[in-house]
Amino acid sequence: MGELIQYITDPANTFADHTRDTIVLCLVPIVLSLLIALPLGVLVARQPVAAFLATNVSGLVRAIPTFAVLMVMLLLLKQIGFTPSAIALTALGVPPILLNMIAGLRGVDPAAIDAARGMGMTRPQVLARVELPLVLPVAAAGVRSAAVQIVATVPLAALIGGGGYGEYILNGLSNEANAIDLFVGAVSVALLALLTEAIFAIVQRAVTPAGLRAGLQAADAAIGPTDIEAPREKAA
Amino acid sequence: MATIEFVDVTKTYPGALRPAVDRVSFTVPEGAICMLLGTSGSGKTTLLRMVNRLIDPTSGAILIDGTPTTQRDPITLRRGIGYVIQQVGLFPHMTIAENVRVVPSILGRPASEMAARVDELLELVGLEPGEYRGRYPRQLSGGQQQRVGLARALAADPSVLLMDEPFGALDAITRERMQEELLRIQRGVRKTILFVSHDVGEALKLGDQIVVMSEGRLIQQGTPVELLAHPADDFVRRLIGGNDSILRQFEYLPVTTALEPGTGEADASDEALAADATLLHALLRMMQSGQSALRIERDGATIGHVSLASISRQVQAGSASTGAPVTAQ
Ligand SMILES: Nc1ncnc2c1ncn2[C@@H]1O[C@H](COP(=O)(O)OP(=O)(O)OP(=O)(O)O)[C@@H](O)[C@H]1O
Ligand SMILES: [Mg+2]
Repeated sequence: MGELIQYITDPANTFADHTRDTIVLCLVPIVLSLLIALPLGVLVARQPVAAFLATNVSGLVRAIPTFAVLMVMLLLLKQIGFTPSAIALTALGVPPILLNMIAGLRGVDPAAIDAARGMGMTRPQVLARVELPLVLPVAAAGVRSAAVQIVATVPLAALIGGGGYGEYILNGLSNEANAIDLFVGAVSVALLALLTEAIFAIVQRAVTPAGLRAGLQAADAAIGPTDIEAPREKAA
Repeated sequence: MATIEFVDVTKTYPGALRPAVDRVSFTVPEGAICMLLGTSGSGKTTLLRMVNRLIDPTSGAILIDGTPTTQRDPITLRRGIGYVIQQVGLFPHMTIAENVRVVPSILGRPASEMAARVDELLELVGLEPGEYRGRYPRQLSGGQQQRVGLARALAADPSVLLMDEPFGALDAITRERMQEELLRIQRGVRKTILFVSHDVGEALKLGDQIVVMSEGRLIQQGTPVELLAHPADDFVRRLIGGNDSILRQFEYLPVTTALEPGTGEADASDEALAADATLLHALLRMMQSGQSALRIERDGATIGHVSLASISRQVQAGSASTGAPVTAQ
């Protein structure tokens, strides 16, 4: 333990810089995934063909190992460092959010949308006042799982010079004498993943409208979006 | 206030073999309640949704106050029309109060101005505001949700109301209360109402006129009295009367349908019956007083009389295969 603290506080190890780099390398892809997946979800959800394509391509992308994506990015961009890493991690983050957006929007009670249109809401009003509030909890569940996946994968980015905790791990793996590096890297990533999970669980709860909260469920719980990415929440 | 005119309205859904609504023409006068009656799948909902342009007709036109709806912007058109949808469709993430004031809110009215109006509307539909305004739709029974749907449609005080089986999920007692409320609203500011119902009693009670639909076509249009007295065909007779045809006529036909001139055998000194009383009222009065004829008054003046014989002739005429003309109106 003392050894650990010594390692972390040793300026030569630049732990603070590594932590900052890791967080930036996580945050940027999370934000990019959101910026891509949320509008894309809205655009394709009501178009059967586009939604089918988006769902299947997302599934496909998820099946490709992140390691392979990193290598492809490296080859494609012909550079190492932050940019290819961030793009690869974004590719990891988009599918879970997009899938949940599509499933969530399609799960909104058609009668509610019908009533909204019937009373004279414009398309943007239907989206802002009815669809988005109802889909937000489902989308947030997708964001949560995307974020945790990105954090868990971030050490791999060190392979193509992305920096962050992954450097400790690579260091540790390359030389048995550096076991402490490996340990610090792995523990830090694990803690960051747990923290991310906790933060996004709170966010998810916060964006769930009171009328949809689990505790409220009365006799007919059929209304409202289906929660596919976070079955754990059901029990809450 | 608005007149709604259907001119040769036809709607064929893409891929459908026959039209869901087939060359339907009729007019709902300003301030009238028009009941749409018909078997399931006869095109009632389709007809209703063409009024606020949720569906556009394949051919024909719908005119509101003389202007074809297709010439109006659908959004503005819909904002002036209250719509109670068949599946209720409350917004699950909004409280009951938020649901009720959603139409005024999209029209830009601040929530603070609406608080009193929301409570008034909740009371109108028989939901204690203090108990229900802060609840969410999931915490309400199906019938209570349906009543919130009605309050929501009334919130912006539209001059046209489209109601698709608005009382379908209500028990007989609550349903009757809601019907009374609707008639009470109608006695104040009169709205032009298109009301889909499966309940013949409801149609006879609420309707200024009834439109009977079958397989997309308009079979008969008329007042409840006209439909009871002269059903256009067996379909209408079965729909309206069923086995209770005679009972229905006693219940809904006014005494004027069996009116005969003069005072006949009625005792001039006896208390007269008002012209808007039903045949059932007349029979009850006769049984109570032991007389076989009653003088009928309108605005204090005797307009004729009814007798057991004239009532019996009228009721038999309405139940027979060929309807006899209404004696008097
Ligand atoms: N969106 C649609 N696409 C294709 N066909 C439809 C659509 N909506 C209704 N139909 C068909 O049109 C016909 C009339 O339907 P409509 O919903 O107007 O009937 P309805 O009289 O309201 O019936 P109910 O009393 O059961 O509500 C039916 O045969 C129905 O299957
Ligand atoms: Mg219907």
